[in-house]
Amino acid sequence: MTLLEYLQYPFVRYALIVGVLIALCSSLLGVTLVLKRFSFIGDGLSHVAFGGLAIAAVMNLTNEMPLVLAVTVVSAVLLLRTGQNAKIKGDAAIAMISVGALAIGYLLMNLFSTSSNLSGDVCTTLFGSTSILTLTRSEVWLSIVLSVLVVAIFIFFYHKIFAITFDESFAKATGTHTGLYNLLIAIVIAVIIVLAMNLVGSLLISALVIFPALSAMRLFKSFKAVTVCAAVFSVVCTVTGLLVSVMSGTPVGSTIVAVDLAAFLLCWLVGKLTAGRAA
Amino acid sequence: MAQLICRDLALGYDGGAILEHLNFEVNAGEYLCILGENGSGKSTLMRTLLGLQPPLSGEIRTGDGLAHNEIGYLPQQTVVQRDFPASVWEIVLSGCQGGCGMRPFYTKEEKARAAEAMETLSITPLTKRCYRELSGGQQQRVLLARALCATRKLLLLDEPVAGLDPRVTQELYALIRKLHARGITIIMISHDLHAALEDADHILHIGSTVFFGTKADYLQSDCYRGFLKGGDAQ
Repeated sequence: MTLLEYLQYPFVRYALIVGVLIALCSSLLGVTLVLKRFSFIGDGLSHVAFGGLAIAAVMNLTNEMPLVLAVTVVSAVLLLRTGQNAKIKGDAAIAMISVGALAIGYLLMNLFSTSSNLSGDVCTTLFGSTSILTLTRSEVWLSIVLSVLVVAIFIFFYHKIFAITFDESFAKATGTHTGLYNLLIAIVIAVIIVLAMNLVGSLLISALVIFPALSAMRLFKSFKAVTVCAAVFSVVCTVTGLLVSVMSGTPVGSTIVAVDLAAFLLCWLVGKLTAGRAA
Repeated sequence: MAQLICRDLALGYDGGAILEHLNFEVNAGEYLCILGENGSGKSTLMRTLLGLQPPLSGEIRTGDGLAHNEIGYLPQQTVVQRDFPASVWEIVLSGCQGGCGMRPFYTKEEKARAAEAMETLSITPLTKRCYRELSGGQQQRVLLARALCATRKLLLLDEPVAGLDPRVTQELYALIRKLHARGITIIMISHDLHAALEDADHILHIGSTVFFGTKADYLQSDCYRGFLKGGDAQ
């Protein structure tokens, strides 16, 4: 079948729409996460989301999104709090919450699941093998609404996010409400992660968040250029990965991440070469 | 009325005070240098003055028309900033952020102000350059321009010349003198005793002995003689 024939199917069109939106959202805050040395928060939260999904599955909820969203947002806020108090160091707290959620999630699924194909379910949640291709109409709409919200928040608070990312102390000292905006960033990240679970599964979300940012940082020199370019990279890589996976039957999540990785290596190489010439 | 008044201030973390009974005040147009050994609490004092951490006791008052968020701040550079992908313009402009409130974009006046600050520090030609590719001295000027966007009245400088070579250090001190001559109050934390004595008119020496007063008085004090001998009179 050719590409055009594939696009006749609604599930392929849904997957493309949602894929593009998720790619766009996840890349926007990626730059901030990488620069604030928060890359692991995305990873930790994705494991929490997995735990939330397990609870939803055990409770036999038909629509698990709201519960997963709530659990992830609460964890994001908690992680940020512990990072500030520093009783347990930030990275240790993240590791603790993330593996804890992973273990409890799997345990719950094992103990209470009524499904006949348990390992298949777990694999789907972790690597998102097919969920993007089985989206319902209402899930597509929810994704669209949340994505528009994320992009709107990002544009509205762009300059504040920049100020806080570059120098939080300065921003705070000169009267920016850094606590409030950090909270906002954490909540938005949680929303993005829950969205992105459909696309790549919970283990691979970090890749979607950090690869475009890292790639863009190899090539561009202003925050705005890096942000725009990360968004473009992310969308292009996701669409490429999606189409490749639909046509050749490879798992969606890992194909997208593989494309992201390839793009990063390319950017790294180009960055090295141009830097060498300038020197 | 002084711009900044500290009364019976105690500083530290979680109940463990590093410094106690600290009293000093800074009037408009003064140049105060804060001296002290490593670990004497200079940076803690700076963070407290900026409102980044609360004092254990005592109070910090601002007066003479100075609001608490009108203090410009030149921080020591962090590791994150050294390879931050941002243009000089983006960084200088971010100094205006504190005055924005909920407004999402910068006004024409704020942009003009950022341009003016860059002109003052002779970094206009660097506008589009990437921050991480600049030299240490240039980076300090960029951060100083950002601090100027945040204030017209009072600048707090935290070890502004750390890691700079002697020529660039002199250039930076000259710039700070220029800003001081324009009527901006300067509070500088420094290791550099000689520069402090050259430019400052008031000295705050913290450590096991605390001194606050004019430079002339400081030169006569035991505190100064102890510091010269290389020990903070432990």
